[in-house]
Amino acid sequence: MKPKDMPQDGPRPIVNESGIAIKPLYSAADVEASGGTAMIGLPGEYPFTRGIHPLMYRKQPWTMRQYTGFGNAADTNKRFHYLIANGQTGLNVAFDLPTQCGLDSDDPQAEGEIGRVGMAVDTLRDFEVAFEGVDLDRITVSLTINGAAAILIAMYLAMAEKRGYDLAKLRGTAQNDILKEFVGRGTWIYPVEPSIRLVGDTIEYCAKHAPKYSPVSVCGYHIRESGADPAQEMAYAFCIAQAYADDVIRRGLPVDEFAGRLSFNFNCFGNIFEQVAKFRAGRSLWAKIMKEKYGATKPGSMWMRMIAGGGGGGLTFEQPELNIVRGAYYALICALAGTQTMALCCFDEAYTIPSEYAQRISLRTMQLLIEEMGLAETVDPLAGSYYVETLTNQMRGRMEAIMSEVDAQGGIVKLIAEGAIQARVSSQAYQRQREIEEGRFRKVGVNCYRTEEKTPEMEFHPYRDDDARAQIQSLSKVRAERDPARVRAALARVQADARSGANLIPAIVEAVKAYASVGEISAVLVGVYGRYSEPVRF
Amino acid sequence: MNQNNGAGTRKPIRVVLAKPGLDGHDQGAKVVARALMDAGFEVIYTGLRQTPEAIARIALEEDADVVALSSMAGSHLPICRKLAPLLQQAGLADKLWIIGGNLPAQDHDALRALGFRGIFPSSSRLGDIVNFIRTNAS
Repeated sequence: MKPKDMPQDGPRPIVNESGIAIKPLYSAADVEASGGTAMIGLPGEYPFTRGIHPLMYRKQPWTMRQYTGFGNAADTNKRFHYLIANGQTGLNVAFDLPTQCGLDSDDPQAEGEIGRVGMAVDTLRDFEVAFEGVDLDRITVSLTINGAAAILIAMYLAMAEKRGYDLAKLRGTAQNDILKEFVGRGTWIYPVEPSIRLVGDTIEYCAKHAPKYSPVSVCGYHIRESGADPAQEMAYAFCIAQAYADDVIRRGLPVDEFAGRLSFNFNCFGNIFEQVAKFRAGRSLWAKIMKEKYGATKPGSMWMRMIAGGGGGGLTFEQPELNIVRGAYYALICALAGTQTMALCCFDEAYTIPSEYAQRISLRTMQLLIEEMGLAETVDPLAGSYYVETLTNQMRGRMEAIMSEVDAQGGIVKLIAEGAIQARVSSQAYQRQREIEEGRFRKVGVNCYRTEEKTPEMEFHPYRDDDARAQIQSLSKVRAERDPARVRAALARVQADARSGANLIPAIVEAVKAYASVGEISAVLVGVYGRYSEPVRF
Repeated sequence: MNQNNGAGTRKPIRVVLAKPGLDGHDQGAKVVARALMDAGFEVIYTGLRQTPEAIARIALEEDADVVALSSMAGSHLPICRKLAPLLQQAGLADKLWIIGGNLPAQDHDALRALGFRGIFPSSSRLGDIVNFIRTNAS
């Protein structure tokens, strides 16, 4: 079609969430004008726009890893087995807030929160129970833990070792992205600098002792939930990932010895094409950064491996059954975008901890795409679309511009420590909320197509105070049975290593093996590092 | 009605907006804080992880007309059961107490009985929160 024959822009300009103007029609000329086809390449080859593996899902579909955890370790273990029996291929563990904040179940601050939003963990004993009967070679486990990540990674490794697994072959992931916790999600414990150091310790330790384990999953996800647009989501995540990489490189570890185990966690709600372009663009940008800026030579070091699919910010309280449909589109986006792992938010998640029924629907949604819809048959099926390729180039450009801006303003660590990123994204969240309430940003069931019909009855997850008491009793029992001298010596070593600046993970592993608790280890570290104090900026 | 500061203009309504407990989800609280500031209220946002004792103390020290809580992680009832007597002891029983967040309908009566007059579950509108405070804070 000649340009003069092409339709003119419609009556209203459309701009996507990342600020890119969307045309009614795209042609080869748009791809060319946006930077051409040089970055497309082939799957499995640099710059990996089309996927990190040559055959992608044709060889192995994405891992299905619903976020799960509540009550105590035994309750959670039961749900794990339910999901595995229903075809889930990985686990993604939710911890309660005391665990996430480094507090034991008998801490006064834990009252009312034990086992509420995730599984309560005090000592290694809880991990032993939680993963009982789970084959850790076949089912990889992702720990959604950040402030207390060093302790829980140590627990996971200790539990696996105790069960006879070879750490050299053990796979798994920890979220362990503390910088984004300061922006959104909020389960920080220590100040910014020692928090980054702890992340560096886990990366360095795993590179040497558990080389298949992914110690970090850098999250654009929660920054997006806090108000970032899709391009910012990815740009900020890359800045944060570089902050961790820089910390490890300063210790003298070559990039190719750890970069292959860095991974990412991204959001996916929003415009389908913008989202797919975001992931394709991000994959090539991360590869370029690792190759050109960090001098990585192994392809694995350049891979943007990711989990995606949550999309909580796109789901609605109103007409919650529509969230099943939204979840299906989010899964489609992630499959079209070549994610390694998928976890969908459940339709009841705006109300409660997901029921078995809701989790099965999410799991079946992913299975439908693989079994019935042909999403695991052909790699990067949207490649070559004038629209998607143009948008991929444009999204990459936006991400690079945002990253340059962060650098010019002093770098991501400084901007987060000052609260500047927090202020920026929360201001955007406010703007978006106003746009929704004024009907300028459409949300079905919220500001259009509302209904007065009653919402279907939700099955609320029960919370039993007795379970909290049982968890405290079980902690007391472990404390009574363990060797107190061994615990004291292990905690003294944690303190000494924190003071000297040695890598803390060996000392923490020793402490968890002695059944020192999350709260005890964390308290020692707070004694050395202090506590984070939140800059509240508007 | 609001107090008159003697110069013919009304003293702005002061809102202490707190995140109680260990819940780290602050997007909603910050959005509400901005809406209240745009409405002309003075907002003292506490930041995360406030104990009931700290919230009562801040509300007293800041001379709050409104004590507003944001809770997304399900621990609203145990927290409010602890906070309500502390606010009463601090002499803040006549102030307006409100709460927003992930608050199942089945818990609303219990929250009201504890003294929380405004309950704003997920999907509440900013304008409704502002209007409620304007009408009920004195």
